[in-house]
Amino acid sequence: MERYVVLKEKYFNDFISSVAASGQKVFAPVAKGYNQYAFEEVTSGNQVAMDCIPTILPPKKFFMPQYETIATYDTSNGQNMKPVVEYENIVLFGVHTCDIAGIQCLNMVFSEHPKDTNYLTRKNKILVMGYECNSYCDEYALCRLVHNHLPNGGYDLFFTNLENGSFMIHINTLIGEEFIRKFKNFKEANDSDIQALEGLRERKRKIFAKNEVPIEHEKIPELFNRVYDSKIWDELGKRCVACGNCTNVCPTCYCFDIIDESNLDLKSGRRYRRWDSCQNESFAKVAGGESFRAERSARQRHRYYRKFRYPIEKFSRFFCTGCGRCSRTCMAGINIKETLIKLVEEQGMKNPDAG
Amino acid sequence: MKILKSKDSEYEIKKGRILRVKKITDSEKLFEIVLPGGENLNHEPGQFVMISLLGVGEAPFSISSSPTKLGSFELVIRDVGKLTHALHRLKAGDEVGIRGPFGKGFPVHILEGSDLLFVAGGLGIVPLHSLINYAIDNRRDFGKVNILLGCGKPEDMLYSDELDEWTKRLDVNFECTVDRADSGWKGNVGLITSLIPGVNLVPVRTFAIVVGPPIMYKFVITMLLGKGIPERQILVSLERHMKCGLGKCGHCQINGVYCCQDGPVFSYDKIKNIRESI
Repeated sequence: MERYVVLKEKYFNDFISSVAASGQKVFAPVAKGYNQYAFEEVTSGNQVAMDCIPTILPPKKFFMPQYETIATYDTSNGQNMKPVVEYENIVLFGVHTCDIAGIQCLNMVFSEHPKDTNYLTRKNKILVMGYECNSYCDEYALCRLVHNHLPNGGYDLFFTNLENGSFMIHINTLIGEEFIRKFKNFKEANDSDIQALEGLRERKRKIFAKNEVPIEHEKIPELFNRVYDSKIWDELGKRCVACGNCTNVCPTCYCFDIIDESNLDLKSGRRYRRWDSCQNESFAKVAGGESFRAERSARQRHRYYRKFRYPIEKFSRFFCTGCGRCSRTCMAGINIKETLIKLVEEQGMKNPDAG
Repeated sequence: MKILKSKDSEYEIKKGRILRVKKITDSEKLFEIVLPGGENLNHEPGQFVMISLLGVGEAPFSISSSPTKLGSFELVIRDVGKLTHALHRLKAGDEVGIRGPFGKGFPVHILEGSDLLFVAGGLGIVPLHSLINYAIDNRRDFGKVNILLGCGKPEDMLYSDELDEWTKRLDVNFECTVDRADSGWKGNVGLITSLIPGVNLVPVRTFAIVVGPPIMYKFVITMLLGKGIPERQILVSLERHMKCGLGKCGHCQINGVYCCQDGPVFSYDKIKNIRESI
C-alpha cells in the first residue's frame, strides 16, 4: 500500500523551520541571482526556491563532495596512514526527479564491487526529500527521453504541489515515515487528495507527451552503436574549450583524482579525492606522455558514450538524467539535445511521435 | 562535517619495506620490497600494485617478479615524474605504501600445455618478466618458449644479467634487437617486428604474449595474425594511468571497459572491437 500524507502550503515554512530547529541541517535550492540556484543550508521554507530550474551543481556535491579527505597521514616514523570517512547527517529538500535519478546512478557505481566505503557510509546519513516538477523547467531539459520526468523511487519522501493549496507527500521509506512523525500538520491523504494527484499526473503526461529528441527511448543504444565515427564529434571538438564545466555539473559524472596535500611540517597531511574531468587533456595520459583521448572530439564523444551507451552494459540504464545542466553551463553552447537531434537525423532514426 | 576512522577502506595501504635497490640503466631502478611479516603479495603475473609515498602521491606499477618468488616482490621503475623521482631517491630500509595487487593478470592455467611466444618492446619486458620467470620456474608445464625483446638502444636493455642466462638456457629461445646500435653491439638491429618472421611456431598451440608501447601492438598483432595465431591466443597488457585501481576514478577507462578491473591483460579477440584500446 502506497502511503501518502498532505501538508497545507501555509505550513511549509513552519515545517522547514521546525526541521532546522530540531538540529537537522537542511539543504534546499536557493535563488542565487538571475536564473541561478544552488543547494544551500536553509532555516525557513521561504528561503527555498520551490519551482526552479536545476541548481548549478546537483546534489551529487553532498554524496560525493568535490574535495573529500580519504586518509590522513604522518610520515615522521614511516608510511603511516589512517583512512577516514567524512560524513554529515543532513536533510535534502527539493531534489527533482532528474537529480534523484542521478543519485541512483551514483549509488550503483559506488556499490558495485569493489564497493566504495566512503560513499556508502555518507549516503546513509542523507535524508532525501524529492520535489515534483509539474511542468518543464526550461527548454534544456530532456527528462522525458530518459524516463525521469516522473518519480521512480530513490527518495525517503516526495513532495508534489497539488496546486490546490496543499502538498502531497509520498512516504517511500521507514526512515521517511519516522522523520515526518516528528513534525506537526501532516495529515493522512484522503481520496480527493489521491484524485488530485492522479489528475496532476494525467496533465503531466500530456505536457511530457513526446520525447524531447525524436527517437524511441529503447533505440538510443542502437543509435550510439552507429555514430562512433560521426563527423558530429569533430564539430563538437572544434567548439569545446575543454573547461570541464559539463562534467562538473553532471549529476552522474563521478570521475576523480587522488592527491596528497602536505601540512607545513612536510610530514603530516591528507590524501584527498577531487572531482576530475574526462574533458581535461591530461585525463587519459600515461607517464610516457601518450594520451589516449588527445582530441577534444574524442573526449566529447567519450562523455556522450558514458551517458548513453557504456552504462547500458553495466547498469542497464542511461546515465543521462535529462537535467540539461551540461547544455546550460557550456561556454561554447554545446547542447546535448541539439547534438542528439543531429545524431538521430544523421542516422535516419527520426520518429517525431516517439514518446 | 564528522570524520570517522574507516576500518575497511579500499584506500588503506600496507607498509612495504625496501630490501634492495639496484640501478639497472640511467633511468630505471629495480626495487625489491617486503610486506609486513614477509607476507607474500599473492599476485598473478601481469597484475599491478599502487605504490604510495605519502605526501608525494600514488601511482600504478606492474609487478615484475614472478609469484614463484616468495617473501618479497620486485618493481622496475623509470624515473619519469614526481613520484618516480622521489622513489628513485629511496634506499634499502625505506618504506613505501602498497595497495593491491589489482587487475586481471595473465591466465597462467590456460597457458599450461601451450607454446609461449613472448614479444616485449621497451618497458614491456617489466610486466612480462613476471610471466617469463613463472614459465621458467614451472618449465615442464609449457611447450616451447620463445622470447623476443626489442628496445631503443643497447644501454636501455633491462635485466641484462638475466638476458644472458636466458640466452644460455637450452629450454628457452631468446632473441633481442635494438632500434639503434652502437659500436659495441653485435646483435640484431631493427624493430621488434623484424624478429617475428624467424620464429618457428605451430600457430594453433601457441599463445603470443605481447607487451610494449601502443604503436608496437598494431604492427606486431598484424604479423602474429598473419602467422595464423588465433585472436584469443594473443594476449596483451594495456597501459593506462589508474588512479584508484577500483574501477571508479575513470582515468583508465577504455571505451566501456575499466582497464584496472577488466584488465590490464586482455586477449585480442576481447579488445579488437574496443576502439580506444590499441
